Amino acid sequence: MDYSIKIGGEAGQGIQTVGDTLAKVFTRSGYHVFTHQDYESRIRGGHNFYQIRLADNPVTASRDGIDIVVAFDKDSILLHENELTENGLIIYDSKSLKEKRDKGNYLDVPFVDLAFEHGGNKIMANTVATGAVLGMLKIELNILFDIIKDTFMKKGDDVIKGNINAAAAGHEFALKNCHRCSFAVEALHAAPLLLMTGAEAIALGAIASGLKFYSAYPMTPSTGIMNYIADKEAEYGIIVEQSEDEIAAINMALGASFAGVRAMTGTSGGGFALMVEGLSLAGMTETPVVIALGQRPGPATGFPTRTEQGDLQFALYTAHGEFPRVIFAPGTPEQAFYLTNRAFDIAEKYQIPVIIIFDQYLADSQWTYDGFDLTKIKYADYRLRGDVFKNLPEYKRHAFTQTGVTPLGIPGDAKHLMVTDSDEHDEEGHIVEDAETRIKMLDKRLFKKIPLIRQEIGPPVFYGKEEPEIVIAGWGSTCGVMKEAVDVLLQNPPAPPFYKGELISPSLEKRGEGRFSYKTIAMLHFSELYPFPSIDKFNYLRILNNAKITICIENNATGQFARLMRAETGFDFNHRINKYDGRPFTVNELLKEIYSRLAQT
Amino acid sequence: MPTLQDYRGRHPAWCPGCGNFSILKSFKDAMIELNIGPHQFTIVSGIGQAGKFPHYVKCNTFNGLHGRTLPVATGIRLTNHEMLVMAFAGDGDCYGEGGNHLIHAIRRNINVKLFVHDNQIYGLTKGQASPTSMEGMKTKNQPFGVFSEQLNPMALAVALDCSFVARGFAGDMKHLTWLIKEAVAHKGFSLVDILQPCVTFNKINTFDWYKQRVYNIVPEYNPEDRIAAFQKALEWGDRIPLGIIYRNHRQVLEERVPGIKDKPLVRQPFDLSKIETTLREFY
Repeated sequence: MDYSIKIGGEAGQGIQTVGDTLAKVFTRSGYHVFTHQDYESRIRGGHNFYQIRLADNPVTASRDGIDIVVAFDKDSILLHENELTENGLIIYDSKSLKEKRDKGNYLDVPFVDLAFEHGGNKIMANTVATGAVLGMLKIELNILFDIIKDTFMKKGDDVIKGNINAAAAGHEFALKNCHRCSFAVEALHAAPLLLMTGAEAIALGAIASGLKFYSAYPMTPSTGIMNYIADKEAEYGIIVEQSEDEIAAINMALGASFAGVRAMTGTSGGGFALMVEGLSLAGMTETPVVIALGQRPGPATGFPTRTEQGDLQFALYTAHGEFPRVIFAPGTPEQAFYLTNRAFDIAEKYQIPVIIIFDQYLADSQWTYDGFDLTKIKYADYRLRGDVFKNLPEYKRHAFTQTGVTPLGIPGDAKHLMVTDSDEHDEEGHIVEDAETRIKMLDKRLFKKIPLIRQEIGPPVFYGKEEPEIVIAGWGSTCGVMKEAVDVLLQNPPAPPFYKGELISPSLEKRGEGRFSYKTIAMLHFSELYPFPSIDKFNYLRILNNAKITICIENNATGQFARLMRAETGFDFNHRINKYDGRPFTVNELLKEIYSRLAQT
Repeated sequence: MPTLQDYRGRHPAWCPGCGNFSILKSFKDAMIELNIGPHQFTIVSGIGQAGKFPHYVKCNTFNGLHGRTLPVATGIRLTNHEMLVMAFAGDGDCYGEGGNHLIHAIRRNINVKLFVHDNQIYGLTKGQASPTSMEGMKTKNQPFGVFSEQLNPMALAVALDCSFVARGFAGDMKHLTWLIKEAVAHKGFSLVDILQPCVTFNKINTFDWYKQRVYNIVPEYNPEDRIAAFQKALEWGDRIPLGIIYRNHRQVLEERVPGIKDKPLVRQPFDLSKIETTLREFY
């Protein structure tokens, strides 16, 4: 079983509520879910959609072909009608849309009338729609009822009752009237699954790492992180400060870190541009800080609510001067959770800035998991606190050490002074001008730390057949879609329709040129990008060098990761797939592109 | 009780005769009189001649970027509100590069003490106009004279309902020591603008120029009358008032943040065990 549902409508019509509710019903039923969102930079109007893929096995990307479109506006019909699968259906309310469709693959459900009749308020039309979708899938309503009770607990029994009745009315209507509904989602009675977005995973990873201070200026797609942390502010004793701008955000975080707590900021490319001087300040003063950088298409304001992997080179090379940094690019919420934890550990251990680079697609996508393993969470306090600091006979903030790392004390905990400076400084932290100290300080900050930091960096994830002839490679949020493409390609020969698609013409196929002799494929996914992973832990370069076809897949125009790979290893991919329309790859899109590259070979 | 010896920092790199020396001495006297030891406070400074100040004091120091003293100070103070946090900046640093942060630090009313060395000129970059340079002042970069209106930091602060607004003068150390002590004792964001001659680059606002104009605000003046304070803040030219121009008792930010009511953020332990419960919310 593998169904896709698309809920479309204007901003403000509540499509996210319907989507979130359906996703929760599915995961609580034990089904795997993948969701992604596509929205415009506006609060009302326009056209947005929320896409849910529902399956009995883990799914990690959206695919083309929609089984149910829930249309809250006319655009949902016009734009998504041709995406329907053979047995797909569009449900809509002809009265609301002022338009009646008589073709077979439409189901007219009076969302508003049923809401009014059964719920007592037309505002419950979305609940009717939610119930109707569950009716089409033949899923029982008990889980939805539980969710309604939780959601409207504060609003009182009448609202709960109204919504339950509205959901039941939609459900019954669909069961009775959807004669073409061929969907069957059997009751699994399996354990509920964890459902989480990338933004939530970064936020939770930070909280699980002992985050105490988060300062940021709101900017899509990083705002979800701030929202989640602010929601947990009281429970975990965290301070969330909305700063006047991103310059203040990073400087506040550095102040908090200097004063003795784990600090973080989050932004998108434009805000990160403003933070750059602060990034350099973290480097010079050896102040730990974690920065979540959520990419969206640029340059400048670009597509404010859409997705792109366009800021990798920016994150790598930005900021004046030379200092160490670490860059992680999680590909899934699970990776985001654990990598955020490691980001904090590395930032604290080496007193450097660590950047977690992600994008709108990962931030807003929901994935399902059995659970997270909290024993993998690392928490070590590297700071000198209280008596430990007090009892030191002597302390210099930037004293030269074997590792280049000088333990951070807590200002005020002892008579030792904590002095640091954005100017070049001596061991005590005071301004200097001499060449000798400069060289020794740079050696301390950079050259002594770098080999140690490099050892912390993990290898890329390898997935697929051993000794592959075809290798697809990527980084960050393309992880899930790459995995699904590999799964399809592992079935050899690949199944239609891709094989017979327009990319390989029938005439080519007749001549045998459309057939591929390659049988083995695998993927390499890089989530620990900088310092670039060495081949000591896993020799990914051998795999790339031995493959006949290597394709680098990126959600950007110029192939920034491919350039990084070449700069760091000398390896040059022989093909690239770049998508830069501000939208994520679907499985089918990626497969088409891969086939076209194979056809060129 | 600390002595001057405890506050002996590095040797200053200021020009001989610079007003900063008197500010430094006044500051140390204030700390000694208040019985505050070097490890008990943190100075955040930026870039400019004032930025070097903490190196000559001997204290916890974060000498950061140009214009960014207040965000760093805010981060430190929110993390440890038992620590006295002070910011030292110049007129270019605070009123130019960091203007936005000043506005928002005043709004937040974070209990940070800001001392601005105001010599109405850029010293470190060798004599360009600053936001407080007087209209018409000619410099190498402003050959036709400054076109912009001179910034009035006192009026700006009163307009924003800043918790403590005062002006001192490097030429009156006794008065300045008193003002610094008042600012430290006040609960709320405090701005002390300190007029100071730049002996090298500002040939207009010299020691004598200030000396002829400054006067101490009379004891009968009520600094809690905001309208009167605004009038006082507008005085400039022939007569320049020194002293506490405005004061209010707004609640400070640290008291509003619920999480740090009992103890400072930096002293709060981290408990990983709660994460398990939070994870359950995602099912």
